Amino acid sequence: MTQAIHGTARERTAPDTVAPGEPPAAHSVMEAVNLAQSYEVARGMFAKSATVKAVAGISFRLAPRSTLAIVGESGSGKSTLARMLTMIERPGDGSLLLDDVDVAEADTATLRRYRGEVQMVFQNPYGSLNPRQTVGKAIEEPLLVNTSLSAAERRARALDMMARVGLRPEHHGRYPHMFSGGQRQRIAIARALVLRPKILVLDEPVSALDVSVRAQVLNLLVELQESLGVAYVFVSHDLGVVRHMADEVLVMYLGRGVEHGPRDAIFDAPKHPYTRALLSATPVADPESRRERIVLEGELPSPFNPPAGCPFNPRCPLVMDRCRVEMPPLERKGGQLVACWAAQ
Amino acid sequence: MKEPLLSIRNLTVSFDTARGPFKAVDGVDLDVAPGELVAIVGESGSGKSVAMLAVMGLLPWTATITADRLSFDGHDLLALAPRERRRIIGRDLAMIFQEPMSSLNPCFTVGFQIREAMKAHLDLSRAERQARAVELLELVGIPEPERRLRAFPHQLSGGMSQRVMIAMALACNPKLIIADEPTTALDVTIQAQILDLLLRLQKESGVGLVLITHDMGVVAETAQRVCVHYAGQQVEMQPTRGLFADPHHPYTAALLAALPERAKGRILPSIPGVVPGLADRPQGCLFSPRCRFATETCRRVPPPRMGSELGLALCHYPLVEGVPQNREIAA
Ligand SMILES: Nc1ncnc2c1ncn2[C@@H]1O[C@H](COP(=O)(O)OP(=O)(O)OP(=O)(O)O)[C@@H](O)[C@H]1O
Ligand SMILES: Nc1ncnc2c1ncn2[C@@H]1O[C@H](COP(=O)(O)OP(=O)(O)OP(=O)(O)O)[C@@H](O)[C@H]1O
Ligand code: SF4
Ligand SMILES: [Mg+2]
Ligand SMILES: [Mg+2]
Repeated sequence: MTQAIHGTARERTAPDTVAPGEPPAAHSVMEAVNLAQSYEVARGMFAKSATVKAVAGISFRLAPRSTLAIVGESGSGKSTLARMLTMIERPGDGSLLLDDVDVAEADTATLRRYRGEVQMVFQNPYGSLNPRQTVGKAIEEPLLVNTSLSAAERRARALDMMARVGLRPEHHGRYPHMFSGGQRQRIAIARALVLRPKILVLDEPVSALDVSVRAQVLNLLVELQESLGVAYVFVSHDLGVVRHMADEVLVMYLGRGVEHGPRDAIFDAPKHPYTRALLSATPVADPESRRERIVLEGELPSPFNPPAGCPFNPRCPLVMDRCRVEMPPLERKGGQLVACWAAQ
Repeated sequence: MKEPLLSIRNLTVSFDTARGPFKAVDGVDLDVAPGELVAIVGESGSGKSVAMLAVMGLLPWTATITADRLSFDGHDLLALAPRERRRIIGRDLAMIFQEPMSSLNPCFTVGFQIREAMKAHLDLSRAERQARAVELLELVGIPEPERRLRAFPHQLSGGMSQRVMIAMALACNPKLIIADEPTTALDVTIQAQILDLLLRLQKESGVGLVLITHDMGVVAETAQRVCVHYAGQQVEMQPTRGLFADPHHPYTAALLAALPERAKGRILPSIPGVVPGLADRPQGCLFSPRCRFATETCRRVPPPRMGSELGLALCHYPLVEGVPQNREIAA
């Protein structure tokens, strides 16, 4: 069942929960409305299974040709969100709108059509490629599955994409183990772009790469965005990279958005104490800058029983009584959306 | 400078491979004094881990290790009998490995593994070992230490197991700790806690630290001195401030320029190409195929080692304020 929900989408995202910098609903290539996902997890033989709210209500609008960065600690739900956006997993709740169609509830045929428009690049350039498949076959595979192009046409498209990501034609018949980490990430990017998606979801695409190779891959992504007009959802915990790549930034904590807005607002005037701690904990590559670091106590609480009230309250330096009982809404404060009782 | 704890001269490690010998480490020098933190940075595969594994005596038999000097705390590690060497390593010299999950044994509890580490080197009773294990977990900031000691490695988060690794490394009060990417797998907030811990140990108990990392931010904030490796060679060594302000080797300069934090525009000045392998190892400077300043001389003749005023750069035309020196004929 395909739903066209022109009006409802806009009603569901109330105007004051749209982050500054986000496009009107009609101009976004993707809109997420309160996306949520929970998992039942068995906890040993005698314990009852428990529910993990991996993602608990994420909303955003993605402008064409722009980059939305998702940042947050390990376990905050970034990959779960990425899997929902790429339709690898159907959302447990909420809507995912592409062309005003809610693919969260779409039937298989509709899903197949839209899957081609949203592709994914994974963190690990070693695990994400099949070792027994040549590079050329790996890049052509999405075309084989999703289009009716002839073998010759598929090959031509693959060679074109390979040239765009800086791979040579003779690489077509080689196997992944013959390539370095950076080259494998290029292969993964070529494979993800060969269907010409409108959106590329990149889950920690450069975390496994070292400085010089990372620079090559980031440059490639910038060039491809300019030449192909693709929009990126860029998951990363490296704030230096995020600052370089992002237009908009969404900071997640225990499955929720805690701060969301234009890059400069988030980096120059962070308002959520978690964002502030994250920025201050990020080492700066400048030995002359001696800063006070906010060192957070403790780790991300167990996702099985998140704390009552604000999920950040057990580690928060600004915690007040209200924070322990009442969940702060993600609302407009200054140039961004912030979920914090203490933020001005 | 204080008498160095660790002193390495001209360390070379080569591996026997099917395609012939491969020099993973090629002429590395390093001195580390008590209470000093020296960082080693460089391209992936440039021999950072292998050089330190050679010091620890942890390389497989396919490795051939040679050095003009390899001494630790007054002992000549090359001349020591294996037994004597094992006695020192593990007590006075400890290593934190790149991957915590693969260096903890999944079959034993955390407590068992920490107590075992002490058993071999410290003369303590069972109860004393248990008490010290609790104390160590407290020291590295693990809450409820008694309960955690009974946990198996898979029951801990990445940050926890990395802290357990550090606790194990500290168990015998080492004089020098070699930490190989100790925070790479961790979140920045946890990384900050662990770095603070290591720095506190270094300041309070005068432990020497060798920190291998890709994170130039971590280097800038923690290290006193930095060694830069490229393709097995040490291409530069400078005090941290000098290295960031005025890198002398073109590879160091290119590495710093490729950091997104230092970028001026959207396109980063990246280093073209890849590190040479066994098959395409250049005849002259190993960096010459990727160096913007390379000349015919660079491609033909291995570069000399500069003096310490030029960061011991291994280069024909070391940079000063970004300008190559010794080039009398302008190209
Ligand atoms: N398939 C699953 N079954 C059960 N629990 C899951 C599943 N996938 C994720 N989780 C849980 O959901 C939470 C969010 O996980 P997720 O992988 O999305 O986090 P992340 O932000 O991507 O973390 P990282 O930075 O470590 O990749 C975690 O507590 C995780 O254990
Ligand atoms: N046991 C071995 N046999 C053969 N070659 C090896 C062996 N161990 C390491 N090497 C090679 O030695 C070189 C140096 O490896 P090393 O692990 O020291 O690099 P590194 O600088 O630590 O890199 P990274 O930053 O990726 O950890 C690499 O080319 C590696 O493939
Ligand atoms: S020796 Fe030449 S090629 Fe090598 S780093 Fe120096 S200038 Fe570049
Ligand atoms: Mg993830
Ligand atoms: Mg290594």
